[in-house]
Amino acid sequence: MAVFTLNINGQKKEVDVDPGTPMLWVLRDHLKLLGTKFGCGIAQCGACTIHLNGTAVRSCSLPVSSVGEDKVTTIEGLSEKGDHPVQKAWIEHDIPQCGYCQAGQIMSASALLLNNSNPSDKDIESAMNGNICRCGTYTRIKSAIKTAAKTQ
Amino acid sequence: MTKVITTQDRRSFLKVSAAAGGGILIGFNWLLGCTPSAEQVKSMPEEWYNINGFLKIGDNGLVTIMSPNPEIGQNVKTSMPMLVAEELDVDWKDVMVEQAPLNTDIFTRQLAGGSQSIRQSWESLRTTGATARQMLILAAAKTWDVPPEEITTENGKLVHSGSGKEAGYGEMASAAVDIPVPDNVPLKEKKEFKIIGTSRKNVDGHKIVTGQPLYGIDTYEEGMLVAMIIHPPAFGMSLKSIDASEAKNMAGIKDVFTFETFGSDEKRGSFDISAFPHLIAVVGESTWQVMQAKKAVKAEWEKTGDQTVPFHRSGREWSVNFPAGLESTEMYMQKMKDRDAQGGETVREDGNPRENFDKATKILERTYTAPHLAHNCMEPMNFFAHVTSDKAILKGPIQTPEFLEETASDRLGLPLEKIDIQMTRMGGGFGRRLYGNFLIEAAIISKKVNAPIKLIYTREDDMTAGTYRPAYLATYRAGLDADNNITAFQVRMGGMSESPLFANRFPAGALDHYLAENWSIDTNITHGAFRAPRSNFSAGVEQAFLDELAEEAGKDPIDLRLELFEKAKNQPVGENNDYDAERYAGVIKLVREMSNWDTPPENVHRGMAAYYCHNSYVANVVDLVMDGNKPVIEKVYCAVDCGIVVNPDAATNMIEGGTIDGIGHALYSELTFIDGVPQQKNFDKYKLIRHSEAPKSIEVQFVKNDIDPTGLGEPPYPPVIGALANALYKATGKRIYDQPFIKHLS
Ligand code: FES
Ligand code: FES
Repeated sequence: MAVFTLNINGQKKEVDVDPGTPMLWVLRDHLKLLGTKFGCGIAQCGACTIHLNGTAVRSCSLPVSSVGEDKVTTIEGLSEKGDHPVQKAWIEHDIPQCGYCQAGQIMSASALLLNNSNPSDKDIESAMNGNICRCGTYTRIKSAIKTAAKTQ
Repeated sequence: MTKVITTQDRRSFLKVSAAAGGGILIGFNWLLGCTPSAEQVKSMPEEWYNINGFLKIGDNGLVTIMSPNPEIGQNVKTSMPMLVAEELDVDWKDVMVEQAPLNTDIFTRQLAGGSQSIRQSWESLRTTGATARQMLILAAAKTWDVPPEEITTENGKLVHSGSGKEAGYGEMASAAVDIPVPDNVPLKEKKEFKIIGTSRKNVDGHKIVTGQPLYGIDTYEEGMLVAMIIHPPAFGMSLKSIDASEAKNMAGIKDVFTFETFGSDEKRGSFDISAFPHLIAVVGESTWQVMQAKKAVKAEWEKTGDQTVPFHRSGREWSVNFPAGLESTEMYMQKMKDRDAQGGETVREDGNPRENFDKATKILERTYTAPHLAHNCMEPMNFFAHVTSDKAILKGPIQTPEFLEETASDRLGLPLEKIDIQMTRMGGGFGRRLYGNFLIEAAIISKKVNAPIKLIYTREDDMTAGTYRPAYLATYRAGLDADNNITAFQVRMGGMSESPLFANRFPAGALDHYLAENWSIDTNITHGAFRAPRSNFSAGVEQAFLDELAEEAGKDPIDLRLELFEKAKNQPVGENNDYDAERYAGVIKLVREMSNWDTPPENVHRGMAAYYCHNSYVANVVDLVMDGNKPVIEKVYCAVDCGIVVNPDAATNMIEGGTIDGIGHALYSELTFIDGVPQQKNFDKYKLIRHSEAPKSIEVQFVKNDIDPTGLGEPPYPPVIGALANALYKATGKRIYDQPFIKHLS
C-alpha cells in the first residue's frame, strides 16, 4: 500500500492503495466516483475512459502510480451542471439506450473535440473506435458529435 | 370516449392504500429515487398522496409514476409511464418517474423479455391512469357538490364550467385517496392522445450523461465487501479441489470458499440455468484486491460425467441432459451436419412436399450455419446481496425478478416475503439477465460471509461462463417446376441444443407443399435466450434462401415475396399461420418505396429482407460498397409496423440499435470452443461491431395505423441479417452460408 495525492476534477484527493491499482478502481472503489464504468479491464471497450491532461485514456489500464500530478477529469467533472456541449448534444439526440457505455463515449468525444473542433466522419470513427456500444447507438453518436462541434 | 371494463385488479388498489394507511405522506427518502422528466419545472411538493400503486400526486400537482418493468435499455422507464400520464391527463413536464419495487400483488409481469413490456401493459397502464383521473374527478364532485359527469380535466386541472370552479390535481389529491376505486373507467379514443405518439426524452438521460450511479454495479453500501467467482476453465469440467492458502493471506482478502449455486436435489426454476453451478468465491475489501487474489487460488478441475437436471415451471416438469465431454466447435459443427443429413422430426406438413420434390424440374438446396454468441452486456453480470438470518436484500440488474424471488427463497431457506429484490437500471440484458444465477451466487456468498457483498464478474467470467446463443444449422430446399413455380418447400433446423425453427411462420401458409422439420443435439455448453431468440438465426437464413430462390426463378426478390403474401392472404394454406400477410406485405411495400427499389442508386450493392417476430414487422434494404474485402454499409432502410408508436424518437433509436446489433453479430461475432474452452475471453478476441463499421446512415419509417402497440427490443435485429447477406452476394458474386460473414470475405 502507498499514499497517492491525485488531482481529480480540480480537487486534491488522497488514497492509500496498492500502487498497481488501476485508476478505474481507485475512482470507483475508493473515491466513489461511479460514473466511470468497468467493461473489459483490458483497454478494449472504452467504458472506463477518463481524461488525463485533456487526453482520453482507459482508466482500467492506468495504474494509479503512473498518474502523478496529472490532471484527471472524469464524467462527473466534465461540467458542473451536465451542460458540456457534448452532454447537451447527447440529450438532444436522446442517445442512451441502456446507457452503460455512454460516459465513456462522452469522455472520448469531448477529448476529440478538445483537439479537433471540426472533426470529419473519419476523425470521429478513429477517435471513437475504442468505445463499444452493444446497444448500437453509433449513428446517433456521430450526429451528436457534429452537433456538439457546432455549438461548442 | 370508449367505455372499457377496468382490468385493474381492485384488490391491488385496496391493498396499497391499506398498506400505506390511506392518504398519507410518504417519507422524504421516497424522493431520492425519483427521476424528474427532462422538461420538469415544478419544484418538489410538501406532501405526496398515494392514489394507487402506480402513482402518487404531490400537493402542488407534481406526479410520480412508477415504472413497473425492469429497464434494460428498451426505454420502458419512459414509455410505460407515458401510458399512465396520457390517461391521467397531466402535462408530461409535471411527471417524475420512479422504478417500482418488485411487488407482484400490485404489478403484473415485472419482466423484461420477448419485447412484451409495452404490448402487455397497453391496456392496464392506461386504465391505471384513467382510474386515478376518475378518482380525482369524484373527489372534486364531492367537494364542489356537483355531478361528476360535468367535470372535465385538462393537463392536470379539474374544471367545472357550470360553476366556474377549478382545481389543480394537487389540491384534490388528498381527497382522492379516500375515494373508493371506480370499476368501469372510460379510456381515451386514440385520436385524443396528447402524449402517446409524441417523442419524449429518456427520463434517465441527464443522469446517464452526467455519470450518476444508476446501475447495479454502482451499488456501494456501508461495510460492503466485493466478491468474485472462479469457475472451471472449460465446459465439461468441474471443480475437484482448491488450495486457497496463498490467496487468503493476501491484503484485503476476507475469505475464499467453494459453494453450489443450486441444491443438488432441488428442482430448478426454468431460468435457473448456470454454466457452472459449483464455484469458488473470493471475497475481499476492494475489487482490485479480489482480482489479484483470484489469480493466486490454485484449483484442480476434473471432467464432469453425464448429467440430467430437473426443471419446473407453473406445474410443468422436464429435464435437460448435459452430456459428458469436452466439445470443440469444429467437432460439433460436423456433428450438426451429420445430424441434419439424417432428417428431422416433422412438425408441419402441408400438401405433398415429399412427392413433389421427386417430380421437381429443379431443386435448390442450401445449408446455413451460425456460431455460438456471448451476450456481452456492457455492464458485466453483478449483484448486491445482504442476507441475514431473517431477511435478504438483493439489488441489481435482473430481467426476471419475479422468478428469482422463488429460487432465492428456496436456496436461502427464507419465506418469500423476506426476499426483497430491488431492480436497478441495467447495462444491457439481451436475454442474459433472464438467467439470474449471479443473483443466487451473490445471496449465497453474502450469507456465508455474513456481510453485504457485491458480486462482480470480470469480462472474462462474463464471456466464458455464459448462457449463450446456441450454434445453429438450417437446411432449406425448394423444388421448382419447368415454369419456375415453387412446387415443394422444405426447412429443417437444429442446434446445440435447440432448434431455431418456427414452423408456422412465413413462408408456411403461402406454399401448397410445405414441410418443416426439427432436431437438436445435447451439449454441455449452456445456452439460453439471446435478443430475438431463434429468430436471430431463422430470419437471416430464410431471407437469404428466398433471395437465392427468387434469382433461380428469375424474379425480383420483392415481387416474389409479395406474390407469396398475396397467396397467404387470399388462399392461406394450413392453419395456425403465425403472421398477418397484409401487414407483412405492408412493410415490404414501404421499404420498396423508401429505398427507391425499382430505380436503385448506382455503385451500391443492395439486398432486402423482411421478417415478423415478437408481434412486430420489419423490412430492410441494405446498401453497401466494398473497400477491398471490407464491406462499408452506406445505408440501411427500415420499414416497421409495430402498431401505434408510443414514443417515436425512442422507437427509432431502438430500431437503429437493433439494426446495428444484427449486422454486427452476423458479420463479425462468434464464440468458438476447443476442448470445452471458450477461445474468446474478452473484446481483444471477441469481435463486436465498432463505430467505423456501423452503417453510415439508417432511415426508419413506421407504418401508420391504429393497432395496439407491440415491442421493438427484438424485431429489428433478425431481418437485417438477411438483407446484409443478400447485399454481400450482390457485392461479391458469392453467397455466404456461414456466419460470421467476415471470415468468408477474404
Ligand atoms: S474497462 Fe477499460 S477499456 Fe474496457
Ligand atoms: S447504450 Fe447500451 S452499451 Fe451503449
